[in-house]
Amino acid sequence: MDRNEMLEKYEDNWETSMGGWFPGEKVILRGKNVLTELNNDRWVEYLLFGITGKRSPRVARLIEGMWLICTSFPDPRLWNNRIAALCATTRSTGVLGSAGALAISEATIYGLKPIQGVSDFLYRTSKKIAEGQCLEDVVKSEVKKYRGIYGYGRPVVDQDERVEPLLDFARSMGAGDGEYTKLAFAVDEYLANSRLKYRINASGVVAGLLADEGITAKELYHIATLTFTAGVIPCYIDALDKPEGAFFPLRVSRVNYEGIEECRVWGKQK
Amino acid sequence: MTTPSKQETITTKIWKEIPEDDNPFAAKVCYCSGFDVYGDLLGKASYIEYLYLLFKLEPPSQNQAKLLEGLSIALANPGIRDHSVRGAMNAGAGGSTHASALIAALAVGAGNLGGGREIYNMVKYWEQCGTDINAWEQMIKEPPVEERADVWVPMEHAPGFDPSGASCTLPVKQVLAYLAEVGVSEKLKWLQANRLDLEEFAECPLAMSGIAATVFYDLGLNPNQAEMLFLLLRLPGAAVHALEQEQLGWRRYPFFSEGLKLQEYHSTGEQE
Repeated sequence: MDRNEMLEKYEDNWETSMGGWFPGEKVILRGKNVLTELNNDRWVEYLLFGITGKRSPRVARLIEGMWLICTSFPDPRLWNNRIAALCATTRSTGVLGSAGALAISEATIYGLKPIQGVSDFLYRTSKKIAEGQCLEDVVKSEVKKYRGIYGYGRPVVDQDERVEPLLDFARSMGAGDGEYTKLAFAVDEYLANSRLKYRINASGVVAGLLADEGITAKELYHIATLTFTAGVIPCYIDALDKPEGAFFPLRVSRVNYEGIEECRVWGKQK
Repeated sequence: MTTPSKQETITTKIWKEIPEDDNPFAAKVCYCSGFDVYGDLLGKASYIEYLYLLFKLEPPSQNQAKLLEGLSIALANPGIRDHSVRGAMNAGAGGSTHASALIAALAVGAGNLGGGREIYNMVKYWEQCGTDINAWEQMIKEPPVEERADVWVPMEHAPGFDPSGASCTLPVKQVLAYLAEVGVSEKLKWLQANRLDLEEFAECPLAMSGIAATVFYDLGLNPNQAEMLFLLLRLPGAAVHALEQEQLGWRRYPFFSEGLKLQEYHSTGEQE
């Protein structure tokens, strides 16, 4: 089939088993009637089903608890939350604040890249160890190649206050002893004793716990997409209650200029 | 495949396409309001003239093009301390995607304080008041109040004026003087002549947003078009500042570590 034939095949023709809305009649997700078969689900159960096709109230509850403990921090200085606070201080809308915060949550030093990245790392590392490599070599090679490992180390502070509460919660749900969680902590132990001194952060623990439940790196990425929202919205509300423009105003002297000092005239460049 | 006669279509006065002979999904010729974009307009029109054409469907006069070009330069970088640019730099400092830096700049730069909505509101004022200073005084002192709730909160200052300003800043005065001159703009000249009175009504100085809204109104853009073009024109600064902070990294970007002071929370008393 050439490219045009492919486009013609899809013209006004979207064949899907994922789902759809039949106005005035029903809503289907992955073969189930949302209004009659999924209507008693918790919202996160529904989200998990939509993303993975898995029906598991237990895993959904595990995810919900992880969201709360790890990612719903209402501090307006956190980079994604700050978008919501800035939106409120300029009297933009709440949804634009949440959408902007969500968009930048796909960050490198926090958020979606580490969340997906550490899950991917654990799966790859587990495979390499099963193929005969030792953990030390795999970790060293990862650090050499990428100058760090997602899920280990943390901006602002070294210690991650979320790890223990997260493990306590996981244990209360009968999780925490699986192969990937053990691997995540084995890497933590190795790195803590290396010159890097990196410690595991919450995203490393989450990735281990959910890999033990069969959640893939890409599924985890989708599951975590909205995870910051419960911390974002309070930051918007808080800044909206204060005067417009009041969120950490910056005077001119806060600009640390390091560029060309000489005053130049346009059209008379050397 | 649906038969052609039953296919839904997109209606437009802006864009017309002629398909390639060998591919119904690719355009051979694209017309923007009658102009062959790639076969004629390219190389003849300036970027600013094309931008004007896209919004207005007619080419600008020389004065109009100069007015829009001047405003585009004035708005291209709102400055490193501008809220929308700070939004973009947050994305850069955290290593977020580049698109998200612009999304953040748009979200933060959309509001009533120096953002797109302020432009929308001031163009509305222009539509109602024109160059009648008494009408402006009444509009500013007794702004219209919407009875029903909206996603936008009501304006807390006169649109186009800077509520935290002490006096009209030099860049605002420079831009106003230049654009009033090159654009041969009656509205800008009126704004220049009546600035002090308007500032007295508003109890704060004219802002760059006030000039932008006036230029858009002078160019015949409606409030929606003005809001949209304002959002577009301010993105270059957001882009370059985000890229720069991405290079510098989060450690060199303010976190306001000592800035958050947690106060005692007083419960709303609503618990189940």
